[in-house]
Amino acid sequence: MKRHLISAGDLSRDDALLVLDTAEELAQVAERPIRKLPTLRGRTVVNLFYEDSTRTRISFEAAAKRLSADVINFSAKGSSVAKGESLKDTALTLEAMGADAVVVRHPASGAPHRLAGWVHGSVINAGDGTHEHPTQALLDAFTMRRRLGRLEGLRVTIAGDVLHSRVARSNVLLLHTLGADVMLVAPPTLLPYGVSSWPCETGYDLDSALPKTDVVMMLRVQAERMNAAYFPTVHEYSRRYGLDVSRMALLPEHAIVMHPGPMNRGVEIAAEVADSPRSTIVEQVSNGVSVRMAVLYLLLGGAAGEDGAGVDR
Amino acid sequence: MTGQAWHIKGTSLLGQAAADMLISDGLITEVGPGISAGGAQVLDGSGLVALPGLVDLHTHLREPGREDAETVQTGTAAAALGGFTAVHAMANTEPVADTAGVVEQVWRLGERAGLADVRPVGAVTVGLSGGHLAELGAMADSAARVRVFSDDGRCVSDAVIMRRALEYVKAFGGVVAQHAQEPRLTEGAQVNEGEVAGRIGLAGWPAVAEEAIIARDCLLAAHVGSALHVCHVSTAGSVEIIRWAKAKGWRVTAEVTPHHLLLTDELAASYDPVYKVNPPLRTAADVLALREGLADGTIDCVATDHAPHPVEDKEAEWQAAAFGMTGLETALRAVQLAMVEPGLLDWAQVADRMSVRPAAIGRLNGEGAPLHGCSLTAGSPANLVLYDPAQRGVVDPAQHASRSRNSPFAGMELPGQVVATFLRGEPTVLDGKLAR
Repeated sequence: MKRHLISAGDLSRDDALLVLDTAEELAQVAERPIRKLPTLRGRTVVNLFYEDSTRTRISFEAAAKRLSADVINFSAKGSSVAKGESLKDTALTLEAMGADAVVVRHPASGAPHRLAGWVHGSVINAGDGTHEHPTQALLDAFTMRRRLGRLEGLRVTIAGDVLHSRVARSNVLLLHTLGADVMLVAPPTLLPYGVSSWPCETGYDLDSALPKTDVVMMLRVQAERMNAAYFPTVHEYSRRYGLDVSRMALLPEHAIVMHPGPMNRGVEIAAEVADSPRSTIVEQVSNGVSVRMAVLYLLLGGAAGEDGAGVDR
Repeated sequence: MTGQAWHIKGTSLLGQAAADMLISDGLITEVGPGISAGGAQVLDGSGLVALPGLVDLHTHLREPGREDAETVQTGTAAAALGGFTAVHAMANTEPVADTAGVVEQVWRLGERAGLADVRPVGAVTVGLSGGHLAELGAMADSAARVRVFSDDGRCVSDAVIMRRALEYVKAFGGVVAQHAQEPRLTEGAQVNEGEVAGRIGLAGWPAVAEEAIIARDCLLAAHVGSALHVCHVSTAGSVEIIRWAKAKGWRVTAEVTPHHLLLTDELAASYDPVYKVNPPLRTAADVLALREGLADGTIDCVATDHAPHPVEDKEAEWQAAAFGMTGLETALRAVQLAMVEPGLLDWAQVADRMSVRPAAIGRLNGEGAPLHGCSLTAGSPANLVLYDPAQRGVVDPAQHASRSRNSPFAGMELPGQVVATFLRGEPTVLDGKLAR
């Protein structure tokens, strides 16, 4: 493992499998009467959140606390770069507080990358702009493997606003590394210009993709996108790209439905689909804690050792 | 002028035959083999290439308003060290150079610094707002004798305003230098729209946003019979359009920056905003097309778009950081690497692209303006640079005279070294250091 987790592309196949296997072991902790391990006692994890994201923040917080780390939540939301403290000064502050790991969520793509140049601890990207969200991809892969027993050769369709999605970018990279076949489906306006060079297929038609799909992942689409003419109306978007009951029926019997949350029920996913047995949406949340425990454990656990094993400085 | 005469011995004129050169009273007084000149200070020119003093059509000197980034003094010091004897100071200062008062102030600051001729560029529209024409005539008639007008940093996107500006400057032989950037296609744009932008998740800046404006403006310039200059051409498509317009015989000229001749958008993957610039770094295919365009004369000249920024404006997240790169002190070296070493330009052509043509576009070839871009022959003003192409060195912005450090070439090895620069017979640089 590298010292930081900034892009899902940083993970080799062995690294990624190590995270998933470790998460599998740590998931058992959640089933014990006392859900806590002493592994990171005395280590400090800072949650540095420049965007509201209660679900991701509490997931990391729960993960760190179950490993007995000290957790500091630093909500920098609203402190705009122009008016507030610069990212660099915040980094120096965290450095002075002795943060062993900084979990950062930031609206600017690349902010964790910059941060990693200014702090000595590990930087974990908890979502940066429209770039990446690697722990989301890890928990998605973990969920797929638990439900379907494998990742190699799995056919995964990711549908929705790929252009603005950090979840899609991280999933394409990680699932490719793990041997799954990814298909991105979106209106042409919501696929990035250079998508043809990504290690995946792309298409515009959800209906034709679904029968060949083991996993369908629906991405959140923001209604404001229609104001920039990415699609004409929410209604049209939903009609062409939303997963409703009749469209879900096109999926093979065993296929599962995923969503990174938060959902827009009735837009990209119908309520009946979100609540169906095929849906893994609630599992994804609990799996998120196990996977983030594994990431913290692997990034920080080794650093405590005398030889710094597993730490790539 | 002054008394000190200079005898430059054995310098290679435009990279060709070695000759001696005698400079006195601000002029080149004699050129030829084995001149004897008693009393003149001798400068050994062996191994050095002599070029006419470089002329930059596109410099941000930041004064007035952002003296924390650059001043006329520090900016012209950087210019002299880069071999420039004249720079065009862009109008996006605070206040904007949109009145005779501001352009005269900038011009006077240049006169006082005395390191290079400062030619203020006047804004096309009041406050660079794109709305109302600034008093172009007043700026043209001022002591600063403005001939180049530009809202650089912003595009004159309104087709009617652009048409009127092109028409209006015909009255005093001016030229409108367009920053070609269709604003709606580039809202929030950060990096070239291509494979890299998609991968790193930064908003794309499509080539068409530049090309559509260039095509429109070429057509407008042809329609009203005026002169258009295209700033910092950055795409292969733009080169094609300009080539087409020139083939039609239209009065269109264009510039390219040293960084667009050498660097690509792959550098943005580092998220280091030192590579953040407007227009953005493009692809390797664009770089090749720009080099070809400069070599075949489609692109008339190299202009630095020297855009200094203080450290805090670059030491930030990519999105929050300022656009721009310094360039005066590395321009000639970058051009040697990009153009001379691959055999695309010889030194005579470098003189054409970095002195003769930009001087002509900036109207520095007569009409009472100081003379630049002249041939290195007896009787010409002694504006020249002596350059050692055999040296190589790693760029260290901390050593730069510019007040800012945002050089994209930091840490890169570049060939060449400016040894001396003369402005009207007076050395501004000797032994690679400021002479005054």
